[in-house]
Amino acid sequence: MLQRNARMALREMAERLDCTEEAVAAAIRELEEEHIIVGYAAVVSEEARADEVRAIIEIEVQPERDTGYDTLAERLAKFPEVRSLYLVSGRYDFQLEIIGHSLQEIASFVAGKLACQPGVKSTATYFMLKKYKESGIQLSKGEKYERLKIVP
Amino acid sequence: MSDSKSSPRHWVTDHISSLPRSGIRDFFELVNQMDDVISLGIGEPDFVTPWHIREAAIYALNQGFTHYTSNLGDLRLRKAICRYAKERFGVSYDPAHECLVTVGVSEGLDILLRAVLSPGDEVLYPEPGYVSYAPSIRMAYAVPVPVRTSADYDFVVQTADLEAKLTERTRVLLLNYPNNPTGAGLTQEDKRRLADFAIRHDLLVISDEIYEELSYIERSPSLASLPGMKDRTVLLNGMSKSFAMTGFRLGYACGNHEIIEAMMKIHQYSMLCAPSLAQAAALEALQNGAAGREAMREEYEQRRNVMVRRLNAMGLHCFMPRGSFYAFPCIRSTGLTSFEFSKRLLEEKRVAVIPGTAFGESGEGFVRCCYATSMEDIETAMGRMAEFVAGLKG
Repeated sequence: MLQRNARMALREMAERLDCTEEAVAAAIRELEEEHIIVGYAAVVSEEARADEVRAIIEIEVQPERDTGYDTLAERLAKFPEVRSLYLVSGRYDFQLEIIGHSLQEIASFVAGKLACQPGVKSTATYFMLKKYKESGIQLSKGEKYERLKIVP
Repeated sequence: MSDSKSSPRHWVTDHISSLPRSGIRDFFELVNQMDDVISLGIGEPDFVTPWHIREAAIYALNQGFTHYTSNLGDLRLRKAICRYAKERFGVSYDPAHECLVTVGVSEGLDILLRAVLSPGDEVLYPEPGYVSYAPSIRMAYAVPVPVRTSADYDFVVQTADLEAKLTERTRVLLLNYPNNPTGAGLTQEDKRRLADFAIRHDLLVISDEIYEELSYIERSPSLASLPGMKDRTVLLNGMSKSFAMTGFRLGYACGNHEIIEAMMKIHQYSMLCAPSLAQAAALEALQNGAAGREAMREEYEQRRNVMVRRLNAMGLHCFMPRGSFYAFPCIRSTGLTSFEFSKRLLEEKRVAVIPGTAFGESGEGFVRCCYATSMEDIETAMGRMAEFVAGLKG
């Protein structure tokens, strides 16, 4: 439920699940403490962030002995410009989503902070042109359809 | 020319003109004249058909899958239905001879009644019950025999009440669990009891299980899977409720070969086959629709919890529905009849519910509230309804 609507009231969740608000609150606390729920964020439309530029970056790396990809990944993830970071199978190793205020800002971040990291063999940058769906939410207005008012 | 002989009405048979108008239709006219009504009277899923199913129909259209199919229905679909029946209902059917694809359960029921009933035969069915049962039975020249069910037994039909209505003309027991409009459901024990009754009195059982996937209690195998029941049960089901596909009009009947063959005769002359595009969509739903179906079921269950809690809190006793997407609260404490309650709630608070009497006389004292609508609308409607009920008492 929270994955679909993180702002759902405790009362509504309790009613939906036919239990008490206290039980719901306790369950959420437990999920947070166990780091299963790691955060809550709003999904916004593109218009809301007209000053943002986003890019997908593919990075090919040389994994390190003992720690493999993890050390480099942790290091990259610390940059606040990095919105998401995945280790993926295929031609390259990491896929990152980067946010900046201009093409230049992103270009200099890639050149100055990512490409020069030890272990990084190559990068490829794809600027995003338009966002259609994020976090399972389609950004266009919902489909409209009509129903009869009374159906047996 | 006021002579009745000259009125077009005299062409209509007595048989049809004597059918009562559906109680829901009058109410529909009333609701239709009003704006900003929140309707809890819509007996269909509010979810639009899952995209992969719609996409499969579009693909089928692109591919030119637009011709007649086999009268029985596309064999791939019948195989999928029989596989599904085996997995979900615990009963095996042969796709070649024991399964017929119909235009919704409505057509399935109509041709089945016509295939098995002779004029004057009697059909037992629990009441309150689906609005089409009595007229469909009468259109098959048979006699509908409603058997009252009560909130005291969670609207499950009782064997003693069935026994009391038996005559030598009784041929069929027509069941619909999970139930529209009460939300009643059968436990394994209930099913055993009803199977014994049917066997003891040599009745054919028609089991309309259109809401079976919307069960909120432990699921048990179909009545048809019990010993001695397969040959005397015809399972009717379809895609409408479980996969949110009402407009596709796609249902099916599974049962004994001879009965299916008899139904097929009527079907082939009157319908030829179910629409091929709807069949393509149904195949996709059965093959890949389980996750979407389950997500919708969970959402309905949560809405049920919210609605039933609110109804009880406002003083309208409501039994916890075991299935379907209807709550059936008792409104006797308000001192109003079902129709008065529904009409005044509509006029004064702009909330539409269906008077229980639309589902037979024994629905008096109850209204049907459908929770296949958004949680937001449920919240608002329940708020308005609570004000209405409090106003009556004040």
